[in-house]
Amino acid sequence: MVVQLLRRTAVFAVSLAVATVAVFAFMTVLPGDPARVALGVNATEEAVAATRAEFGTDRPLAVQYADWVSGLPVGDFGRSYVTDTEIGPQILDRLLVTTWLVLAGTAVAVVVAVPLGIAAAVLHRRAGGALISGFSQVGVAVPSFIAGILLVTVFAVRLGWLPSGGWTPPAQDPVEFLRRLALPALALGLVQGAVLTRYVRSAVLDVLREDYLRTARAKGLTPIRALLRHGLRNAAVPVVTVLGLQLATLLIGAVVVERVFVIPGLGSLLLDGVANRDLLLVQGVVVVLVLAVLVVNFLVDVAYTVLDPRLRRAG
Amino acid sequence: MTVLTVENLHVGTDDLALVSDVSFTLAAGERVGLIGESGSGKSLTAAAVMGLLPEGVHATGSVRLHGVPHDLVGASERQLAAVRGNALTMVFQEPMTALNPAMRVGDQVAEVMLLHGTRPDRTAARAAAVDLLAQVRLPEPERTARAYPHQLSGGQRQRVMIAIALANGPSVLLADEPTTALDVTVQAQVLDLVLTGVAERGAALLFITHDLAVVATVCERVLVMYGGRVVEAGPVREVFTRPRHPYTRGLLDASDLTSANGRLRTIPGTVPAAGRFPAGCVFRNRCPRATGACATLPAWTDGAAGGGFACWHPVAADG
Ligand SMILES: Nc1ncnc2c1ncn2[C@@H]1O[C@H](COP(=O)(O)OP(=O)(O)O)[C@@H](O)[C@H]1O
Ligand code: SF4
Ligand SMILES: [Mg+2]
Repeated sequence: MVVQLLRRTAVFAVSLAVATVAVFAFMTVLPGDPARVALGVNATEEAVAATRAEFGTDRPLAVQYADWVSGLPVGDFGRSYVTDTEIGPQILDRLLVTTWLVLAGTAVAVVVAVPLGIAAAVLHRRAGGALISGFSQVGVAVPSFIAGILLVTVFAVRLGWLPSGGWTPPAQDPVEFLRRLALPALALGLVQGAVLTRYVRSAVLDVLREDYLRTARAKGLTPIRALLRHGLRNAAVPVVTVLGLQLATLLIGAVVVERVFVIPGLGSLLLDGVANRDLLLVQGVVVVLVLAVLVVNFLVDVAYTVLDPRLRRAG
Repeated sequence: MTVLTVENLHVGTDDLALVSDVSFTLAAGERVGLIGESGSGKSLTAAAVMGLLPEGVHATGSVRLHGVPHDLVGASERQLAAVRGNALTMVFQEPMTALNPAMRVGDQVAEVMLLHGTRPDRTAARAAAVDLLAQVRLPEPERTARAYPHQLSGGQRQRVMIAIALANGPSVLLADEPTTALDVTVQAQVLDLVLTGVAERGAALLFITHDLAVVATVCERVLVMYGGRVVEAGPVREVFTRPRHPYTRGLLDASDLTSANGRLRTIPGTVPAAGRFPAGCVFRNRCPRATGACATLPAWTDGAAGGGFACWHPVAADG
């Protein structure tokens, strides 16, 4: 098990290195010289050269890369060419907001999908199961920003129960934080929950057909208790995989939902960066997003090993 | 004393009759063989007794277990759960998939005792589980109890299943071809464990098998099934030396009881798929003695020594 974890960690580290190179390379080949962008079209060659030297973009690419990447572990993402501010603190700030949103969205998705998926599987020959499957089918087809607009229309505009947008940090006012988090988390989570419901349903259906569930019943467990005690842990393996894969979708969903709800998260930062042609900022946000996906994949791998003893080979 | 009484058991889906009109009893400590080619309805009969039929398959009739005040057919899942794993247990044919891959085997054995409260607490149940693993001759029982199923061989897993089936001292154990999936080298040992296990606990055994030689040495009575029906029943010595039903005759001819490695001749033709058996006598399309009369379902004829058969033209009693 230790060897396996070490191997996974090594894979994680290599992926990370490859990802930073890819992001850096991609941003570098994009047309647009930061110095020219900063100075405008009428700048003299001398001024541009001076600004390049100031930005460090006149150095060889490898040196620029090394300079940039070596700052990442300590949260140094460089200084914006456009706003002339440190990028690191902004990203950290926004990352925290997006993390709350994604975690809350995931929590909503899990809370919705696990009971509904189990019910849909157990009732799959009855009307109830078909009804749940039907709902999740509809949910899957709804983009999260539409869900967001619908939720705002109903709960913020019509009923006036919750604010329609904005952000309050939890430390400042926990109640207001939750009130403002509720609708975007639902917008993000309900749609993901609909997708996840289908995976939970099929994972549970697979497990229900397993011989060991019959054994559990032969031992004297009622069908429901057999499923809860012997089935769910086994069904969790494919569901955790999907949850991990969904994170990428969830992050993209968050970018859009942050726009709808005016939330100062990474998504808004990214879109601002793009609008301002702030290449270094965009580069920083993208690498953080990629890192987040890699971290989650790594955690999913570790979760497998914990959930499924067959994957723990000697070592 | 009779511990299990099965009467007029019918098993089927909405459109297919899979097991028809099966009746038999098991006396305390009795060992009864249930034989017949694949597709004869043996497994479904056992599953119906346990109340563990696959989805979409239903049973009617009566299954009564000594000490249980209600019929098992039509009982609620809660009622059945109290009986299963306790007074009535089963060992399945396929040991590789029968255990939960995510739970240590010791815990899986302990669970069946905790469920029925036959051990006071978790510690006692764990200790009893290790004991049972030793009884089924698993090496290093302490260590094996902490193993996961994938770390055990098929034979070892079947031993664990046997330990689970014996844990609460059942009055009836149903064994559905418990050695068929195992390596031939361990079949005899596993069979021996089942036999010692039931003998020590005075449990009745319904032993489903293809192996007539094993039935001949191990069982007192035998039920012969074909086409979802019991076509002949009686004491093993009687049925195997003087079979009355042509199907039993065919099975015996096909299996050379004297040869150790059992070279098989087969009964002509093949077992039809479910629902494709002829009306009247189910064996009619393969039977060398069939006549027009066989288009009517043969009545049950009581034979010698408490047995009987269902055939219009039985094989002569003197062989
Ligand atoms: N779930 C099911 N639905 C429909 N037919 C089934 C089902 N299970 C078994 N059968 C059919 O019932 C017949 C008897 O099966 P089974 O009891 O497994 O036979 P045996 O154990 O004697 O080999 C077979 O023809 C089989 O195909
Ligand atoms: S009833 Fe007829 S067909 Fe059936 S076994 Fe007897 S002789 Fe054969
Ligand atoms: Mg079978």
